[in-house]
Amino acid sequence: MKALKAFGQFWYEFIIGDDWKIAAAVVIGVALTVVGLKAKILNDGALAVVAALLIAVLFSVSLIIDIRPKR
Amino acid sequence: MSAATWGLLVATFFACFVETVEATTIVMAVGFTRSWRSAMVGTASALVVLAIVTAAFGFALTRWLPESVLQLVIGGLLLIFGLQWLRKAILRSSGRKAIHDEEKIYQSGVDAARAVGSAQSGLDMFSFMVAFKGVFLEGMEVVFIVITFGLNAKDIPVAVVGAAIGVVAVLLIAVIARRPLAMIPENLLKYGVGLLLASFGTFWVIEGTGLFRAGRGSVAWPGNDLSILGLIVMWFLLTRVFIAVLGKPDTQPAQVRESETVERTAS
Repeated sequence: MKALKAFGQFWYEFIIGDDWKIAAAVVIGVALTVVGLKAKILNDGALAVVAALLIAVLFSVSLIIDIRPKR
Repeated sequence: MSAATWGLLVATFFACFVETVEATTIVMAVGFTRSWRSAMVGTASALVVLAIVTAAFGFALTRWLPESVLQLVIGGLLLIFGLQWLRKAILRSSGRKAIHDEEKIYQSGVDAARAVGSAQSGLDMFSFMVAFKGVFLEGMEVVFIVITFGLNAKDIPVAVVGAAIGVVAVLLIAVIARRPLAMIPENLLKYGVGLLLASFGTFWVIEGTGLFRAGRGSVAWPGNDLSILGLIVMWFLLTRVFIAVLGKPDTQPAQVRESETVERTAS
């Protein structure tokens, strides 16, 4: 059990690191891109550009949450 | 050599260079303080395990996973790594996070090594474990970067050469300097590598979302590989805007819910 926990902890640290919000931003960005892909509103090129901008916005939001003034 | 091949070589060189600096600092701390022999055995053991993991991981990835799955998973992980590094670069530039300092990491390693008493005769388990863990953790990131960049560029040998040059360069500097590698502009290098990881990661993860449509064909970027340059510019401008807006506060660095120790220096 201890070894399993250590194994899970290693992969959590390796992949998620010390800010889970970054991983969440990437997952949300990818999920919304898939929704856009399924909706077939945009062609491939436009979808790729919009998706990249969306990921940049989500990253910005995760960073703003970190640096906002604490009460 | 084509521009893409040079790009691959440079990206893997710098990524491995910065990771090797961190691993070398940890090994030097226990080596100088306790037992070089045990630290070297720990390092060699970690390298053997890494070689096995690399072979298994690389084989599984190339044999069993279709291209769009590779792009999605690998691109997603690279993007997470890259954005973590960019976040840290922004926080460090604005004084919200302490600058990564090999001198401090080395000293905390030395303090920890001294705190557990004198080295045992024979194999010193403390030195062995600290060296093993440090090299394995940093090495895993190197392995991941080499495999992912190499697979996507369909040129693993060039990725391996870039990584090997990076490792050898750091080891040469360490042997010549015989002290912590604080003279290397690690924070700047990490910022550059973060830009590359985030840009390539964005490119591949969006390509890989094609997995979810009929036919499972990758999403095509306008201009194909050239759009990676546009992505580098996008992430560079975004980080510069954050750094400029945040500025440098007058007060001491406020830590952002994390601490860096010699145990976990993969940052």
